[in-house]
Amino acid sequence: MKLSELATGASAVVRDFPKTGTAFLRLREMGLLNGTRVTLVRTAPLGDPIEIKVRGYHLTLRKSEAEHVVVELAV
Amino acid sequence: MALPAHISASPVAAPSRTLVYALVGNPNCGKSTLFNALTGLKQKVGNYPGVTVEKKVGTAYSQHGQPITVVDLPGAYSLAARSPDEAVTRDVLLGRRADTPQPDRILCIVDATNLERNLYLVHQILDLGRPVILVLNMMDVAAASGLTIRLARLEHELGIPVIACEAVNGKGIIDLKLAMSRADLPLSRHAWDIPAAIAPAVAELQASLTSSDGKAPLIARAEALLLLTDQDSVRVAGSRPLSARTAEILRSWQQRWARDGTDWAGTLVSSRYDVIGRISGDVLQAGTATGASISDRIDGVVTHPVWGWVTLGALMTALFMSIFTLAEYPMNFIDSQVAALGEWVKASMPDGDLRDLITDGAIGGVGGVVIFLPQILILFFFIGMLESTGYMARAAFIMDRLMGRVGLNGKSFIPLLSSFACAIPGIMATRTIEDHKDRLVTILIAPLMSCSARLPVYLLMIAALVPDDRVPTMTKVGIMLLMYALGTFGAFGFAWLFKRTLLKGEPPAMIMELPPYRRPNLIEVARHMLERAWLFLRRAGTVILGISIVLWFLSAYPKAPDGTPPSQQVAQSFAGQAGRAIEPLIRPLGFDWQIGIGLITSFAAREVFVSTMGVVFNASADDDDTEPLRKALLDAKWPDGRPLFTPLVCFTLMIFYVFAMQCVSTLAVVRRETNSWKWPLFQVGYLTGTAWLISLLVYQGGRALGF
Repeated sequence: MKLSELATGASAVVRDFPKTGTAFLRLREMGLLNGTRVTLVRTAPLGDPIEIKVRGYHLTLRKSEAEHVVVELAV
Repeated sequence: MALPAHISASPVAAPSRTLVYALVGNPNCGKSTLFNALTGLKQKVGNYPGVTVEKKVGTAYSQHGQPITVVDLPGAYSLAARSPDEAVTRDVLLGRRADTPQPDRILCIVDATNLERNLYLVHQILDLGRPVILVLNMMDVAAASGLTIRLARLEHELGIPVIACEAVNGKGIIDLKLAMSRADLPLSRHAWDIPAAIAPAVAELQASLTSSDGKAPLIARAEALLLLTDQDSVRVAGSRPLSARTAEILRSWQQRWARDGTDWAGTLVSSRYDVIGRISGDVLQAGTATGASISDRIDGVVTHPVWGWVTLGALMTALFMSIFTLAEYPMNFIDSQVAALGEWVKASMPDGDLRDLITDGAIGGVGGVVIFLPQILILFFFIGMLESTGYMARAAFIMDRLMGRVGLNGKSFIPLLSSFACAIPGIMATRTIEDHKDRLVTILIAPLMSCSARLPVYLLMIAALVPDDRVPTMTKVGIMLLMYALGTFGAFGFAWLFKRTLLKGEPPAMIMELPPYRRPNLIEVARHMLERAWLFLRRAGTVILGISIVLWFLSAYPKAPDGTPPSQQVAQSFAGQAGRAIEPLIRPLGFDWQIGIGLITSFAAREVFVSTMGVVFNASADDDDTEPLRKALLDAKWPDGRPLFTPLVCFTLMIFYVFAMQCVSTLAVVRRETNSWKWPLFQVGYLTGTAWLISLLVYQGGRALGF
């Protein structure tokens, strides 16, 4: 499934991540990598962007980026 | 274990010279607090030449009283720079900037509660082959959240001194100064295996960067690693393009990797995080703290679909209330002081042009700017508080969707909001926007937000528009709101237009950290506020002084014979002549040459329009009592006897002021922030052009409808 489809409060592990693009390079450097565990904290009141918890801190990104990140629901 | 080649050479600072430390760290890790704790009041704040990034240099003293220079570099998440701020950090660390010496040693500050991500930048910095001291800040917060950090292990793993610190209350500063004073600071022993797929490319690029680009071997290695992190090699190279040979080597490696499907940039980043993950797993002992943290609970309200907007609305109302009410007292005080100074000069100097130049030109002009200082201070105090607590990031988070509709992102919200008070601090606040084009668009549209200097003009025109008090107050308020709405819609319309044409770019990303809420540091906020206020006074003040003198000259010369009333003096002055000259241009808007004089003189600052009208129509005018001027305006006639200030003309004039770029101080700030005259000139052109066009439509349309 896509990171943009994750339900609020659900956790998942990143499985596939775009190789190119400035935004994705930055997301990588912010610690979002294949195998990283993320939790969807909340969605902004107007539906975009989303807030995720990754490596112990909170990060926002737009759904247009999140939909390129493939995740697998974590148990 | 043999030391890797890149760390075996130690650059030893000459003892005769003052040591230079660079202070680096992620945003939100307490870097400026530490900088202030280290250097106290011994700071110099300026700008890096060529870019609008703040340069802060301070002096700390070692335990033996030796001075140590500390350069506070802009906060960065990575050396693969993405914003002008990060590019400065990278360039100073790599010794690329001629105006800043390459630091001898590096002070890395990290947020102890967020070790993993913070260590990414540290890991890149260890590659630079300079002695590094690691400062773990916010140890108290980490302890409170149940986190235990084994400092000795971290020190052992990285091979550099690690100092625990609470910069806010000064804990750990003495230990840090002791470490900074050490003559024998070790180089990192941290050995890091570059992934096998990438390693030969690093070696080849390093060799080429050394031989063909003239880089020192250690720096060459760090640069090679950056070239293999960011796909955009032009961006990495910055102002010094790669040599043909290096570029060719890079290209051939990239082609090879593209063929066999190697995700080279990803590999490098993940191998760093692998190392960091191993280290932090070793060093961190997570506590048993469970449940929602205080930050989470605050966010539950502040980003709530209903309460979030209520909070934002309440904060904004409070901000504007204080700007318009609280600021009034100091503004009146400044006003009276400026007036008193003028009187004093008038009384103590002999009659003559020099006296008039000082009182009407210099004191009047500069006083007109200084009067906005209280509003600017309040605005920066508010912004500082919102930033310091962490609320600002939440405001951007909830506003992002709306801003996204016109192609901007949430970070443009606060600068635009500030521009309702004054475009100058608003434009200065755009520095937090990373994307160059987004920042430029925000700067270009900021003057459309109706600033407080337009208020006197609006008030006078509303007074002339609704000539008696039979009209309910709500009508006046309604007209006022209409002007504000018009400017705001104009701003968003132009943002939409610019993002699609002139400044087309990638849709902005909204990758932003939401830092935990913190108690605001009042001293820091006050400090920041004063720094900004000083910048405002110095920059805008000097320009305004010059322009005021020019404008005074234009309305005082050529001299009419003695005994001429002031209105006729103005009429036959250069300004009056200019007013007549532009009359054909503004006549279609319903304005005559006398209004033209006002348009010309208020080019310096919008509120000057009111005082100019006072002089032109020979009526005393000030902001508190527009009554005599209102009467004079209503008596004004065209030569053929038609009244000049018809309701339609008043309305058109207000609309003209909504759009027209009538503020020299803003232009001066835009010139400084964009580092060229191109953008401020463009701004004058497009805004004043739009003002003319819309005023024309309104006036001619109104005439056609019979008003």
